[in-house]
Amino acid sequence: MSEMTLQHTESRNTMEENALRKQLAKEQREIRIRKFTSNKASVFGLVTVTLMVLLAVFAPLICHYDPLELNTVDRLKVCSAAHWFGTDSMGRDVFARVLYGARISLMVGFTVGIVSGVLGMFIGLYASTNKILDNILMRVCDGLKAIPGTLLAITLMTVLGADIKNVIISLVVVNVPSMARLARGQALVIREQTYVEAMKCLGASKSRILWKHIAPNIISPIIVQVTFVFASSIITEAALSFLGAGVPAPAPSWGNILNEGKAVIYQAWWMIVFPGIFTALTVLGLNLLGDGVRDLIDPMSN
Amino acid sequence: MGKFIVKRILSVIPVLIIVSVVIFSLVHLVPGDPAASMLGDMATPEDIEALRIRMGLDRPLVEQYFVWIGNIFHGDFGMSVANNETVIGMIVSHLKPTISLAAFSLMIAAVIAIPLGMVAAKMKRSPVDHGVTVLSLMGISVPSFLLGLFLMMLFAVKLRWFPVSGYKEMSDGFAEHMKSLTLPAIALGFMNAALMMRMTRASMLEVLNSDYIKMAKAKGVHEFMIVAKHALRNTLVTILTVVGQSIVQALSGAAVVESLFAIPGLGQLMVNSIGRRDYYVIQAIVLLIAVFNVLINMAVDLLYGVADPRVRLS
Repeated sequence: MSEMTLQHTESRNTMEENALRKQLAKEQREIRIRKFTSNKASVFGLVTVTLMVLLAVFAPLICHYDPLELNTVDRLKVCSAAHWFGTDSMGRDVFARVLYGARISLMVGFTVGIVSGVLGMFIGLYASTNKILDNILMRVCDGLKAIPGTLLAITLMTVLGADIKNVIISLVVVNVPSMARLARGQALVIREQTYVEAMKCLGASKSRILWKHIAPNIISPIIVQVTFVFASSIITEAALSFLGAGVPAPAPSWGNILNEGKAVIYQAWWMIVFPGIFTALTVLGLNLLGDGVRDLIDPMSN
Repeated sequence: MGKFIVKRILSVIPVLIIVSVVIFSLVHLVPGDPAASMLGDMATPEDIEALRIRMGLDRPLVEQYFVWIGNIFHGDFGMSVANNETVIGMIVSHLKPTISLAAFSLMIAAVIAIPLGMVAAKMKRSPVDHGVTVLSLMGISVPSFLLGLFLMMLFAVKLRWFPVSGYKEMSDGFAEHMKSLTLPAIALGFMNAALMMRMTRASMLEVLNSDYIKMAKAKGVHEFMIVAKHALRNTLVTILTVVGQSIVQALSGAAVVESLFAIPGLGQLMVNSIGRRDYYVIQAIVLLIAVFNVLINMAVDLLYGVADPRVRLS
């Protein structure tokens, strides 16, 4: 009888504990949200990025022009009610091209960010487990990091050929080394923690320790880095397309529109100003968002 | 100190070997036959075969690497496929504008950014500080070619203060030379300036909060002397790092800015070689800049030892 009461009390205690924990987690979440929203710059970043994503996703609903449709009559027309951002040298609507360009630029940046984050984490985690592997992988990373990013991307694009898929591959190659270094550094610190040692003593397998106990603890700095890679990839993609080594024309990417704008710089300021502002705002938004997330995750970093 | 220098210099060798292997491998990533893709669709099978033999593509990969690296040690970077000139000759003839541009942009960046970063740290939360923060954020968010386009539109097309593009040699007059480089140098230097400002401010803030500065203040040392004599030396390590990075950044960023402003430098040569698929030229430029990058990093590390004795002892 007394045993049953004891069990009953125990289960009640755990229930209370769980409720308390949930309450605590909720409060912590609220504090974090309040902290994030109190930083105007991060909120600006979040709003800008969200807005850009919405514009890109709903481009066909917002603008009824086809970004590729040629119209020789309406060449280089200044901004008007019919063409908000004017038209380009082939009579295409610049607003439509900028919106559809957002799709390409954001897609490239996002994919590069995620893929290099995942690959970098994978490489970094496995490098941290084995000294020989670590030496080989990190030396290769050093070699790749010694080549400035833009130049490495240009070289890869020349070799692989201008194509969206190749832009993504090149930018991933450029960004994986620093991501891997970051993941490895973090993993080496976490490996020394007592709880990892405890898991080892309990007989947990290597991959279990790596993926269930180390990986979740290094993910925060990786996420922050992913936002910065997202931003820098948008810049590099635009630069590559601007040089004619990125997304092939006539696809609208911000770099392509700017490249075409340069040829008519005397006549059509709108072909440079609008895609330029979109590029700069998106990158600024991502950088501010990244800063905000970093401050949230690691208050000591600032 | 001697041991520190030797150790640091020796540590560069493996990195250089890996860099060379990476850059060598890049050309061999070409889908299909590099020789065929260099010559284009019009080439006959005989031409392709001849180029394959000239490039040594018929030999084993490892042998190709050693031949390539051996030739480089003799200053032979191969022949340009498009121009029938030696690659090294082409690089030398395009070197001067790039060096002028990079030096000018670095000068602008350093002269503006380092003092501004210090003032911002000294006057934390003042309008100057906020201005510096906004400027450095803009610098990181506006890519150099975009800033270049905006500058070109405003100062060259609208106001006509500077030429739209083109390059004037020093022999055409110093003023003309500087005029042709001003807009590109600002475009190229802005991002570096932003980084320098940010880092100088951050590291100055850290140093100004340290105990020995408080001690100096307590002793009644003049504010200016505290910053100039005591704080500056300890922020030097950070500033050196950023300056080192900026030199490399200026050289690699030149690719985009030079082709925008039609400056016949290394960057433009590289971009022109993309269309011609002139792999040897691209390979050589990338190799030189990467090696330069490694050497600059080494030099910066060595200078750390001079600026901060703790570095060489640890």
